[in-house]
Amino acid sequence: MRKQVAVMMVMMILSLPALLGAETLPPQVGASLPDMKIQKPADSAGLKYLGLSGSGTFSADQVKAQALMIQIFSLYCPYCQKDAPNMNRFFSLMEANPRIKGKIKILGIGAGNTSFEVNTFKKKYKVEFPLVPDADFTIHKIIGEVRTPYFIVVKLGGPKKREVVYSRLGAHEDVEAFLAEVVRLTGIQQ
Amino acid sequence: MKRKMVCALLMMVLLATPAFALSDAYKGNIYEVGKLKPVDSVLKVKVGEIAPGFTLPAVSGRKVSLADYRGKKNVVLSFVPAAWTPVCSDQWPGYNIVQELFEENDAVLLGISVDNIPTLYSWTNQMGHLWFEVLSDFWPHGAVASRLGILRSNGTAERAIIIIDKKGIIRYIDVHDINTRPPLESIILQLEKLRK
Repeated sequence: MRKQVAVMMVMMILSLPALLGAETLPPQVGASLPDMKIQKPADSAGLKYLGLSGSGTFSADQVKAQALMIQIFSLYCPYCQKDAPNMNRFFSLMEANPRIKGKIKILGIGAGNTSFEVNTFKKKYKVEFPLVPDADFTIHKIIGEVRTPYFIVVKLGGPKKREVVYSRLGAHEDVEAFLAEVVRLTGIQQ
Repeated sequence: MKRKMVCALLMMVLLATPAFALSDAYKGNIYEVGKLKPVDSVLKVKVGEIAPGFTLPAVSGRKVSLADYRGKKNVVLSFVPAAWTPVCSDQWPGYNIVQELFEENDAVLLGISVDNIPTLYSWTNQMGHLWFEVLSDFWPHGAVASRLGILRSNGTAERAIIIIDKKGIIRYIDVHDINTRPPLESIILQLEKLRK
């Protein structure tokens, strides 16, 4: 009997990837972003920006901000490459606006990218906000294996943990409009 | 103890499933191939041997020969299995933004697949303007891949990186698991070794 139960459990586990693959959806607006273990930035500037210290992993809840925008990107994604200057401009606009600066933060997660690949992208496009690797696609799988670039904005510190207020595929040509939308959706106090 | 074992098994199974982060650049045009046999060929060349010569047509319209680079450049051959498939479509666009890393190491990159020129033209157009030559090993079908021992039983090439130095000697071979992309640093590290 015990053996039968063990065999059944193994069969169930083996069939999970197919089931999960079919059912894992991108984060839905209004839901909570799963609590993911994100690799900390390797550079002190990135750590300081997010309000973190040390090495290892962190949760989005630990970021010192009212909201966090996560960009799922890849060194190997032509649209992410093309969108890099737009993202830099988005970051500059936020940092230059004292009513927004420090309240919303940006983090890029390189889906399937190693540290070397993430750093290569950072250097190539002179990205000033932190980019971290997700080399084995762990985070990418949790968030439904989205195509890139993909943007998720979560509110932090609210009644609902990591409440998703924006979750969408695609780059943004109109950076000002995108920033205005993010500010509106996060409802941050300006 | 049993619970720990089940959790470990679950994690192993989850991590073993194929994964790729496909760019939105390809929209819905990528054909899903599922998980494939990691390697399905037997190498016919070894590190230290002279690389067999070849001449292949390029998407640019040129005919490119390995001999063109003898005494001038190190050559990185990047074989990919097939156009319009998941991992392949997320490989060369990364190399496309690191031209300087190849140039710093006195190397050229040649992308090769067994697809024909029109297919490669349409596919690589989605990647933006590529700085490196993309060659077609279509006819005689997969002849170069076959000579190297990296032609799979279904007629596609392996996902392979082969680095040949200026003397024409093979210095590195990575017949990679077809389901995953070789990390960029593995190529750059090998090129840096050639400088020493």
